[in-house]
Amino acid sequence: MGEEFSLEHRFQAYIDAENKIEPKDWMPENYRKTIVRQMSQHAHSEVVGMLPEANWITRAPSLRSKLILLAKVQDEGGHGLYLYSAAETLGVSREQMIDDLLQGKAKYSSIFNYPTLNWADMGAIGWLVDGAAIANQVMLCRTSYGPYARAMVRICKEESFHQRQGYEIMMHMAAGTPEQKAMAQDALNRWWWPALMMFGPADAASPNTAQSMAWKIKRKTNDELRQEFVDKTVPQATFIGLTVPDSHLKWNEVTGHYDFGPIDWEEFTQVVKGNGPCNKERLAARNKAHQEGQWVRDAATAFAKKQQARAAAPVSATNPSAA
Amino acid sequence: MKLDTCDLAAYATMRADDVLILGQRLSAWCGHGPVLEQDIALTNIALDLIGQARAYYQLAAHGSSDGQTEDTLAYLRDAHEFKNHLLVELPNGHWGDTLMRQFLFDTYNFYLLEALTKSSAPELSGLAAKAIKEVSYHAQYSAEWVIRLGDGTEESHSRMQSALDILWPYTDELFEDTSLDVAVHALQVGPLPSALRADWLAKVSEVLQMATLTVPSLDGYHQRGGLHGKHTEHLGILLAEMQFLPRAYPTAQW
Repeated sequence: MGEEFSLEHRFQAYIDAENKIEPKDWMPENYRKTIVRQMSQHAHSEVVGMLPEANWITRAPSLRSKLILLAKVQDEGGHGLYLYSAAETLGVSREQMIDDLLQGKAKYSSIFNYPTLNWADMGAIGWLVDGAAIANQVMLCRTSYGPYARAMVRICKEESFHQRQGYEIMMHMAAGTPEQKAMAQDALNRWWWPALMMFGPADAASPNTAQSMAWKIKRKTNDELRQEFVDKTVPQATFIGLTVPDSHLKWNEVTGHYDFGPIDWEEFTQVVKGNGPCNKERLAARNKAHQEGQWVRDAATAFAKKQQARAAAPVSATNPSAA
Repeated sequence: MKLDTCDLAAYATMRADDVLILGQRLSAWCGHGPVLEQDIALTNIALDLIGQARAYYQLAAHGSSDGQTEDTLAYLRDAHEFKNHLLVELPNGHWGDTLMRQFLFDTYNFYLLEALTKSSAPELSGLAAKAIKEVSYHAQYSAEWVIRLGDGTEESHSRMQSALDILWPYTDELFEDTSLDVAVHALQVGPLPSALRADWLAKVSEVLQMATLTVPSLDGYHQRGGLHGKHTEHLGILLAEMQFLPRAYPTAQW
């Protein structure tokens, strides 16, 4: 126990000195578990997060917007790949992580359990959902686990581009026909509160925050990040003539921040538990893709084995098909 | 003799329709692929094809006197006005169906673009020179998948043979010379599609043999009509989905 204590002590001192933890470094088991859980959840969120936006790719209203949306959803798939790879540095396989997702054992961001109901949702997701994600991810670029921090640097660059694209769609819709403006307002109404919930429970109800802060996995609390997001986003809504759906929203001269109304944590809990509007559909869609892809993956494996065997076999001069 | 602007626009529109409709089909895979890497790769091909469609439509719209744009051409024409080959509008089916359709089309598209790089119309030769770089990669990718799945497991082999058998009757149309093709060819603007058949068949046969698949007989009955606006039932549904927003909100700008 004494030795373990000393290792943990040195680990903490190493982190306190702003060093990055690398895959082969000693780390407390809980640190490893926390990082694996967080990275795999993050990877799953990218992959499940492709679905609500993919829902509108075939209906994108112009060729340009179709290309932008396709490229964006594709980027998310790419982020999923980096994050699965980063998580694999801690000895957990991508297959295992995906298996946990498909069986409903692993979590992903609850925001993706909400439906995309009109084209302005493509704007709202970029602006609000990616905006909220960035607030979190900018912080994660300095997280203490090296591979995670490095993956986030690249992801953040693409996400901030997505956020600007999303805001561009909202700005365009808000300045369009009355029907388009109504779509934009409807999208904001539906995505605002779920976006605020993305930062997680209030600090008082978040028992893991203190340890994550001490290990510098997180560097800001849920409430701090949420407040930053509100402060940044409310003026953006006002600028394009949309109304944030919160009657308590008010600028506070004393604190220098916006005060905002209470979050419906019961809704949050229900969506996390699997009772959101799309939880079952999202998981079913991932399972369907996985199951229908089984024969393809099996065939690819079988073919690769045949190729290896052929490469290893001596080339026969009499049998041209052997080459 | 100079090619009529209308003819060039009609020719570019015809080329665009193929790649738009196929790109639209592929885009429906995004988020649903059998493995993340392939989901990303197929989305890349969809992006390239829709990008090529934009370039062709812009070329077509450039000469138009009636205010056409890339988007009016894509979104405000009905099925009978589309002049794509039937092959590209067929439903995605499973991954093997999609990749077999892609392989048959990519190989055709490669030889078509190769000919178009020598077009006497600089707008077309420039467009083709850029597109052929993308399509070389598409053709390689889809051929590799056809080989991998054809020569994979018993199940994958049988799925690929059945995909090939179903799609084969739609390939003859790729080499149909319409009156527009003849006019375009006379001015060295584009190839006669019938002249692309030999190269296509040689390449396709080579890949299918490597995939251990049986080339269906050439004398079967072939499906045609797309180039004259007579389509399958599938195109109307595809367009209904694709064109919904601009049709429902005609005064909106997107």
